Amino acid sequence: MSLDPLLLSRLQFVWVVAWHILLPAFTVGLASFIAVLEGLHFVTGREIYFRLSAFWIKIFAVSFGMGVVSGIVMPFQFGTNWSRFSDATANVLSPLLAYEGLMAFFLESAFLGVLLFGRNLVPRWAHFVSALMVAFGTLFSSFWILATNSWMQTPAGYEVVDGRFFPIDWLQIVFSPSFPYRLAHTVVAFYITTGFVVVGVAAYYLLRRRFVDEARTMLSMALWLLTALVPLQIILGDQHGLNTLEYQPAKLAAIEALWNTNSRVALNLFAIPDEKAETNHYELAVPILGSLILTHDPNGTVHGLKDWPAADRPQVAIPFFAFRIMVGIGLLMLALIAASWWLRVRRRLFDANLFLRSCMFASPLGFLAVLAGWATTEVGRQPWTVYGLLRTADSVSPSLTGFDVVLSLAGYGVVYLIIFPVGIALMARIVRNGPVEPAMEPEPVESGRPLQPVQALPSAEGRA
Amino acid sequence: MTSPVLDFVPLWTVILGLGVFLYVLLDGFDLGVGILYGFAPDRPSRNLVMNSVAPIWDGNETWLVLGGVGLMAAFPLAFAIILPAVYFPILVMLLALVFRGVAFEFRYRDAEHRTFWDHAFCYGSVVATVAQGIVLGAFIQGFQTAGRQFAGSSFDCFTSFSIFTGLALILGYGLLGAGWLVLKTQGELQEWARRLGRWCLVGVLLAITVVSLWTPLMQPDIARRWFSWPNIAFLSPVPIITSLLAFWEWRSLRNRSEVAPFAGAIGLFVMSYIGIAISLWPMIVPYQFTLWQAASPASTQAFLLVGTLFLLPIIIMYTGWSYWVFRGKVRDDIGYH
Repeated sequence: MSLDPLLLSRLQFVWVVAWHILLPAFTVGLASFIAVLEGLHFVTGREIYFRLSAFWIKIFAVSFGMGVVSGIVMPFQFGTNWSRFSDATANVLSPLLAYEGLMAFFLESAFLGVLLFGRNLVPRWAHFVSALMVAFGTLFSSFWILATNSWMQTPAGYEVVDGRFFPIDWLQIVFSPSFPYRLAHTVVAFYITTGFVVVGVAAYYLLRRRFVDEARTMLSMALWLLTALVPLQIILGDQHGLNTLEYQPAKLAAIEALWNTNSRVALNLFAIPDEKAETNHYELAVPILGSLILTHDPNGTVHGLKDWPAADRPQVAIPFFAFRIMVGIGLLMLALIAASWWLRVRRRLFDANLFLRSCMFASPLGFLAVLAGWATTEVGRQPWTVYGLLRTADSVSPSLTGFDVVLSLAGYGVVYLIIFPVGIALMARIVRNGPVEPAMEPEPVESGRPLQPVQALPSAEGRA
Repeated sequence: MTSPVLDFVPLWTVILGLGVFLYVLLDGFDLGVGILYGFAPDRPSRNLVMNSVAPIWDGNETWLVLGGVGLMAAFPLAFAIILPAVYFPILVMLLALVFRGVAFEFRYRDAEHRTFWDHAFCYGSVVATVAQGIVLGAFIQGFQTAGRQFAGSSFDCFTSFSIFTGLALILGYGLLGAGWLVLKTQGELQEWARRLGRWCLVGVLLAITVVSLWTPLMQPDIARRWFSWPNIAFLSPVPIITSLLAFWEWRSLRNRSEVAPFAGAIGLFVMSYIGIAISLWPMIVPYQFTLWQAASPASTQAFLLVGTLFLLPIIIMYTGWSYWVFRGKVRDDIGYH
């Protein structure tokens, strides 16, 4: 089997983005949560907000560090593996990436240092402002990177000269047609992801009767947020879908596994798409519902995949199933939130064991939904890097051999498989230790005040 | 397309040049601290050494992202040619930076495997430094191109020259790191940093000499530029100032001065940087494409310039503030978080 640098480069990109996206999916929401906790502590002076903030800052530090280092990898991918894409699109896209660095990364990193290490060195208001700045940084970062992604999905404001893109209208480039929908849908998804992690951690403590006050505060805060955001997300997702129907109909056809253009189309709940035969097997469909959901009109026409030549169609099975996983998770989340309303009214929210256990198991759901949504939209964009204009096959660096990319992919594979499991295990450990007072921290873990434990335990410490 | 009226290329050259230099300086000293970390005598000193950069390292690394996307924005052709040409050094650098970056947190949280993360921090710093030095060496040597793309093999960048610059950069960053540690520590630890700094300085001077002889022998273009009259008269201050700086650096590492070793190390980096710039100007893909040929259209450069001129001073202000918060000798009592 010959090694194809194109396929391998795509796999490498999938690998480094899939791991990386988990971190902003968590830290964007967490930064805002920490800013809110710091703000509440600053205004009310209540100790509990301080304890909660200090606790979540520890988890934030681990996840943010991983996000930074896995994020530095990303812009270099464009150059090393996708140099023809870079050459063709840099005139249009690179300022958006540069603005992400200028507006977001510096803001985050400068104020993160103060947030993590500076509590005793700066006034309380400055510590709160640092938390706010880190939160703003994560949101600016989302803004610019999604502007970049949206332009690749629905390019606008450009002209093509000699196979390269040149900017005409920056407002159209930044606010490309799918951008507002993608930004809203993604940022809300990130907040929801964080919300369910907070809910899960709180439920874990409540089930074990540990840190009950902290857990109740967290659970209640996060569930109020999710009460607003989960229904909102369903509306936003629907609007994003209408936008996709208008600008990327082939992607939509793949998501729905629709082969023939029709009005009054059915909604496929389940099917095994067969790209060779251009049909589905084992179809389970609801008549007319497809048109109703996709066009908000029972007589609406939806294009089928056969409207495009086979070379211009995205792969079907991945968007089809990934989309269903995402929507399924959304409905599960809605059910949990509805249960929380009912329990709140009956004042049993904090001791309904079945609900709390479900919440615990639901904490990774947001990540799964984010990954599924990302797979839907990016695989659905294929076979293009710039939708309808630049093919993925014409984007890869021409100098790369399959062997080169096998080596680099193996490198990323090994390193990420060490870093990410360790990081996740360490965050789990912080959760198990819980929001204890800083003074009660196990000393060898919290070094930086090294003198006493080092002197007290010379034999244990002397090995290193 | 290209507007003949306004030429932003010189301004972007300056901005990008400063950005890359700031990266080399800032991540240079914290990579250097990571390199010296491996020689620290005991755990308390290792804690102090690491704490001296813990609050600022990711801000320093942000300049790397800015350098990368800045190059892509201002000179996209250079980005598209150079990055595939240094595929493996970039890969190795990124993987090493991943390891050393997470080591800051993991070391404190993962007490059972602290030795592993200590090694990750130290060797990660060393490997990332060598990789950057190889990129520099490969850049000076130039790249094989066809049209607007790199046309060589991904292994072309590994030559005896680039390996030498890779190893030399360990000493250079080590010197910056030693200067930083002299600034941030006291007592025995500071003495230790001064001692290592002197070793690094000797190595750096040897390396500068070797590279200064090797480069003109390897590249006739550069030899012509350096040694033809009257260039040689105009360029002579570069080696003279470098020698004076080296002498000053040696003295300040030996006497009691706290700031001078760091300042002197920065000075040596400035001179080396100027030396490279003089040799390659106005090329951005050496011997192939000039800054103007590789530049993005004026519209792209202008769009980014507006924000950059507004944001860069703000960034420098609050970055300065965050350095100021952690000013003075590194303390062992502020605690991690």
